[in-house]
Amino acid sequence: MVKRLMFEKPLGMRDTLPFFYNQKSKARKNLSDSILSFGYSFMDTPIMEYHETVGKVSATLDQQLFKLLDQQGHTLVLRPDLTAPIARVAASQLKDSEFPLRLAYEGPVFRAQQAEGGKPAQFEQVGTELIGDHSSYGDAEVIALLVESLKQSGLEDFVITVGHIGYVKAFFHDLLGDDEETIENLLNYLYRKNYVGYREAVKELTISSDKQAALLKLLSIKGGKEIFESSRSLARNQSCMQAVNELKQLYRLLEQYEVEKYIHFDLNLISHMDYYTGILFEGYAPHLGSMLCNGGRYDTLLPTFQLGASATGFAIHLERLVEALNEQENGDERMGIIVDDDSYSKGIAEAKRYRDEGYAVLLQHVDQIPDVKAFQLELTKTVDLTKGGGERNE
Amino acid sequence: MSKPLTIAMPKGRIYEEAAVLMQKAGYELGADLDESRKLILEFPEQNIRVMMAKPMDVVTYVEYGAADIGIAGKDVLLEQDRDVYEVLDLKISPCYVAVAGLPDQPLSRIAPKIATKYPKVASDYFREQGEQIEIIPLNGSIELAPLIGLADRIVDIVSTGRTLKENGLVEYEKITDITSRLIVNPVSYRLKSNDIEEMVAKLSEVMEGERQ
Repeated sequence: MVKRLMFEKPLGMRDTLPFFYNQKSKARKNLSDSILSFGYSFMDTPIMEYHETVGKVSATLDQQLFKLLDQQGHTLVLRPDLTAPIARVAASQLKDSEFPLRLAYEGPVFRAQQAEGGKPAQFEQVGTELIGDHSSYGDAEVIALLVESLKQSGLEDFVITVGHIGYVKAFFHDLLGDDEETIENLLNYLYRKNYVGYREAVKELTISSDKQAALLKLLSIKGGKEIFESSRSLARNQSCMQAVNELKQLYRLLEQYEVEKYIHFDLNLISHMDYYTGILFEGYAPHLGSMLCNGGRYDTLLPTFQLGASATGFAIHLERLVEALNEQENGDERMGIIVDDDSYSKGIAEAKRYRDEGYAVLLQHVDQIPDVKAFQLELTKTVDLTKGGGERNE
Repeated sequence: MSKPLTIAMPKGRIYEEAAVLMQKAGYELGADLDESRKLILEFPEQNIRVMMAKPMDVVTYVEYGAADIGIAGKDVLLEQDRDVYEVLDLKISPCYVAVAGLPDQPLSRIAPKIATKYPKVASDYFREQGEQIEIIPLNGSIELAPLIGLADRIVDIVSTGRTLKENGLVEYEKITDITSRLIVNPVSYRLKSNDIEEMVAKLSEVMEGERQ
């Protein structure tokens, strides 16, 4: 057993130092201002939930859950997302409120990481849930709000990729009938982003070459609004047509929100094996190696809590957003008043006056400062009330 | 002009074949790059930047977005299970992963020792066979392990089978075929989709041509 060094933290856990904390607060505030302006109400849920309720139905893989036991021996999980806890609340305490519900959240979520790499096991999500609106208007509102929030936070260059899991599943069922194993297999290749494996699997199927060609064609259905035509011509069954119509309607609404330039379509997009049920999306920004935000429509989660409602929402990975914003300025604007024994009471009065004006003011006795010059450089402004220093600004 | 597309290329054996393929697709990377000691090469007229990486590391550069695209062996992809798009089978550097060992040696019945550079591939394979095994990770000269009694079997890449033969080893089972794949970072796949789609289309065209 390796002896722990005193300053070590559990795998994947990180401290947030002042510089990063300030940037996170600023980004969080910009996001929540946008979310509030769309009439969403913020709420919070406990960090711990039962494994057999929230843990089981969340979209996170079981091996990524942090599990612990309570005093009575029940298995608990640290919440891996807030969508499932909010669904629990919507289906219980809030079930008699006026629907559709517009709820929002910000807070830490926990996902255990593999041994190597040191990816964060705790990170913060800011997100929304629109519960009880199963229309394209709901899908459009959530995506428009996502775009608006990202823009308000200062992000300019980003892309939201939109797909429709209903289309893909209906398309597969149309071509492959009830061969669930093959369908699962093909979905899994798409989910794992393995297009080579998908093509090989399709070529090995004992189906007509027309069907094979159609399955391969699916991989190329991505881009702008031209995909409405190509996806329609690819599959003529009713469920596919309906999915395409939903996407078309969504696009028309997003044009009205004037956010369509951020939208790309990709009908191969599968964010999760069996969580989403309709339109789904992922957001990407430069300088990030991985996804910035995601979301979509989920219709089977609320029924597991005995509430027959459809819902949609998004979650933004706050730390990654701050990384994408890549702001150099600290946001740390503090002034300092340096005092000695004689000027201490004057210092208190001065500090109060500046604080009333809205400054963040620290009062520091000169004897405790190892290096006055360096101390002053840390602050945006200093006032020196000591005998030697006299009054000095900047 | 858009930002250059960064390509992580594997140094060594795969490089030459990959460079020829890229050249046929209209990307002039120079065939003798591998000789050079430079690690980053710029091709501004083609809006491309090439990084020379160890084959095992290409996937890492691409997963973290240090490179937009990479060329990596399926063996590495299987072993590391990284979050990248696998968009095209380039069909170059064909070989396979196999189980080998000394001739006429039945597997030890308790927990046979398997020496390999691919611990995950090896343990997945034997798990599927219902065998309980012990993995001995090695970084090279895997063939040595059965010869000196360190392991009962090895799991390694076989291309011609010459190394096995010269060391008196025989192949027992083939696990899977390996070729090099074009891989793409998930963010680049979305943000630089035009450049990437163009490259994929050109390379697929070359592949189609080769097949006929």
